Amino acid sequence: MARRREKLPPDRSKALVAMTVNGERVEAPFEPHKTMLEVLREDLALTGTKHGCELGECGTCAVLLDGKPVLSCLVLGLECEGRSVETVEGMAGPEGLHPLQKAFADLGAAQCGYCTPGFLLTAKALLEENPRPTLPEIRQALAGNLCRCTGYVKIFEAVELAAAWLRGEAAEPRKESLYGYDFDESGLLPSHPGPVGAVLAAAREAAVDEGGDKPRPYRAKAR
Amino acid sequence: MKEKIRVGFEGDFQFREIEIAAGDPAPWDPSQKFSVVGTRQPRLDGKAKATGEAKYSIDVRLPGMLYGRILRCMLPAATVKSLDLSAARKMPGVRAAIALAEPGEKLRFAGQEVAAVAAETPDQAEDALAAIRVAYEARPFVVSLDDARKSGAPLVFEGKTETKTSGGDVESGGKNLARHGNVLGPRSTVKGDVDAGFQKAAGVVEGTYDTQVQTHSALETHGLVARWEGTELTVWASTQGIFDMRDQLAETLQIPVSKVRVITEYMGGGFGAKFGPRVEGLAAARLAKEAGAPVKLFLDRKEEQLASGNRPSARQTVKAGATRDGKLTALQLTVYGNGGTNGGTGTSGPVKNVYACENLKVDEYDVFTNAGPGTAMRAPGHPQGAFALEATMDELAKAIGMDPLEFRLKNDPSAVRREQFRVGAEKIGWKDRDARRKTSDPEILRGVGVGAAVWYNTGGTGPRATVTIHKDGSAEVEHGVQDLGTGSRTMVAMVAAEELGVPLDEVSVSIGDSRLPFAPDSGGSTTTPSSAPAIRRAAWEAKQALARAVAKEWKVPAESVKVEKGRVSAAGNPPHEATWAAACKLLPSEGVAATAERADNHEDAWKRFTTGCQFAEVEVDTATGKVRVNRVVAVHDCGVPINPLTTESQIQGGVIQGVSYALFEDRILDRPTGRMVNPNVEAYKIAGALDVPEIDVTLVSVWDGINNTNSVGIGEPATVPTAAAIANAVSHALGVRIRQIPITPEVVLAAVRERDSKGGRS
Ligand code: FES
Ligand code: FES
Repeated sequence: MARRREKLPPDRSKALVAMTVNGERVEAPFEPHKTMLEVLREDLALTGTKHGCELGECGTCAVLLDGKPVLSCLVLGLECEGRSVETVEGMAGPEGLHPLQKAFADLGAAQCGYCTPGFLLTAKALLEENPRPTLPEIRQALAGNLCRCTGYVKIFEAVELAAAWLRGEAAEPRKESLYGYDFDESGLLPSHPGPVGAVLAAAREAAVDEGGDKPRPYRAKAR
Repeated sequence: MKEKIRVGFEGDFQFREIEIAAGDPAPWDPSQKFSVVGTRQPRLDGKAKATGEAKYSIDVRLPGMLYGRILRCMLPAATVKSLDLSAARKMPGVRAAIALAEPGEKLRFAGQEVAAVAAETPDQAEDALAAIRVAYEARPFVVSLDDARKSGAPLVFEGKTETKTSGGDVESGGKNLARHGNVLGPRSTVKGDVDAGFQKAAGVVEGTYDTQVQTHSALETHGLVARWEGTELTVWASTQGIFDMRDQLAETLQIPVSKVRVITEYMGGGFGAKFGPRVEGLAAARLAKEAGAPVKLFLDRKEEQLASGNRPSARQTVKAGATRDGKLTALQLTVYGNGGTNGGTGTSGPVKNVYACENLKVDEYDVFTNAGPGTAMRAPGHPQGAFALEATMDELAKAIGMDPLEFRLKNDPSAVRREQFRVGAEKIGWKDRDARRKTSDPEILRGVGVGAAVWYNTGGTGPRATVTIHKDGSAEVEHGVQDLGTGSRTMVAMVAAEELGVPLDEVSVSIGDSRLPFAPDSGGSTTTPSSAPAIRRAAWEAKQALARAVAKEWKVPAESVKVEKGRVSAAGNPPHEATWAAACKLLPSEGVAATAERADNHEDAWKRFTTGCQFAEVEVDTATGKVRVNRVVAVHDCGVPINPLTTESQIQGGVIQGVSYALFEDRILDRPTGRMVNPNVEAYKIAGALDVPEIDVTLVSVWDGINNTNSVGIGEPATVPTAAAIANAVSHALGVRIRQIPITPEVVLAAVRERDSKGGRS
């Protein structure tokens, strides 16, 4: 990836801008009207930063500018002169993935993954400021990032898990398996309740009207 | 070959004889001790997505690549008088310019494509659009459903109805349907005699329900990168169907299918609108040909919202009757759907397929307007239909004095869904829902509502997969399926790993390329049920190939070799036994491989519709009109989910799209100018992190034996009942029927006024 560019012959339509991108000093020539998003994707070949609207509405293009989340589609490349930009490509360190990256991957917080870089950087800024965010604080911090796929739930879970890891707490994603009924001698009655039986066996009496169905033979206790 | 297998669901298993196709393994049994299937597996590509390494089609950069842009006519109805591209061709950096409309051609919505250019930079392409000389003659137009139905309304189609069709469009129905003005149809379905049914009823209700236009709003827009090498075309596309894309490109460009290659490594979401090359994809291919250089053409957000498809709006009138003891006697739906310049706007799926009713009448009309064409969107017609049907069920229950859930249970023919209703009722706290209506704040009322989901597709034949077992024991799967983010890549690996008994991290997967074995398009929630059985069969056959190879080495008959998890053995004298790794070492250096096709669905399986139900609890602020969804309990049948982690994610995503549809999303067209006033993702409001309810997902695994993995799809059913449940919950909270979505503060406040004028607060 050509992050460090040789000085090009002078091109008066372009500005030569020096900034730090993911910890590396970069001098890049680009047209002065370009947004930081365009500079990142087109001139620096850092396509990890995505665009969803280029109108400042979706949060997909979020990067950190001097540690603060900004929408790179609303920042001119020129404004980044002498400043430090962090994109998703710069999140992993020598020890491997950033805990947020690992949590997003492990918990399935990236569905199509297109919104993921923006969420990761926004969440990183949050956790640097607030290592123990409550769920409402997480929601508030991520309110400017749209995701059309996940329903956000797994994103919240991933931020909570990463926050725990960053605080040095031991936490693990859930890992149960759904199936593998054992059957009784009839071959038809499971020996332990699945998700249906788990709810209904305990509360059979309280359940709503039978609607003509015969009561189903759930086992009350989990294996 | 007939085999006795165990089918059903928890609480109701039974044995059943079914015919298994020769060469296909029998369906997995509920007692199967899986090691991979059914476990929560992170996506194989999770890391690539979390590091920015994942290359989406929109990220593709090729040497010498040009950028394409499209000129659109912003008049809602116009005839092209003249089109001159010569000045645009001379603009700096421009390498190709093509017409997408001809002089004399009628344009029918604001945003329709007229011409396209390709230039060395995106800015040059944008500038060149301004140099295209085009003259239009404006024609009268109509953008609202009501206006379009009036006699004397401007006609969207003066001559024959020319609805545009892309791969995912829902058919407009019978070609011979009559069109009067802008109204096509009806497509009618009649069962029994509704009039007789209404006669028999102790209670009859009727209501009219309005739903809005929803846009897909995937975050990666439509588009592709096209590159010609001689007569061969390669495209990197954001598509839900790479094989459909390949075939349509070949057909339209009149080149052999073998000369087209479509690649979709990663894509940023698809909800029904990303099928076929569409106008922009064909334009990119033609521009690339003319310029002799690769062209990237992706829509910008505005174009995406204007012209890339949408869920049609609908005005549905539902009339229903029931006996005093709660049996439906008649169900009647009349719908006027509006998909702009496209048809196929019917909403009758739920009315026809959820509750049992002997007397049914459905009339579905397509109303044309000068608006962006509708297309398939996540369960076409169903969220609309469910909203109207479930409101009707609540109204009718009230009319006969029955609990709305009890009423549903009495009329639901699906044993699985009846049980799902009970699970959901328990989890949401249905029985004390009335007691919970009041909150500590007198302005805020709580409500609980329910809706049912139905879906159909169980996948089908066509898909092929190749599984290779290497000499070192690792395995490889090749299957050309695209992964929309749903987790198809991981599903492919999981099924192979399970069948082979190889650890998941020793299975590599190649997907997303039309040069790989044929795979299904991702529509109709059919990807997993079409792909998984092909993968399993290929892995099963590869195991047999392994057995044959090992038998040769052991000098025993092939039939005597058994391949079980992690172990290969042959009974006999002397018996042979080897670990998986040791057995694979006996393979020749090329390993063994098998390519298999998905077998047909089992005709005699334990057939059912795919069912689900959702309960919503809401809080309604009667002073501001704001609705907050506290909680959604989603109980779904996804067959035997292969990866519960990604299945759950599909359901959570379906729920939030439903919340968004119920409360926020609305494409608004300006009546005087005919233009969309919110072609963006801000004024077109989409649910965000602050709008997410607590979502409780319960998967009821159903073992139907329909294919060798018992898999069905979940993407669509997951979003069918959400808006219906929310609207019913708001109606329950307010004590007034909500008959329109989105349920904006304005709608709520109008309902509050209606309640107050009817005699004070309840
Ligand atoms: S691309 Fe910047 S906010 Fe959407
Ligand atoms: S995962 Fe697709 S937009 Fe968030």
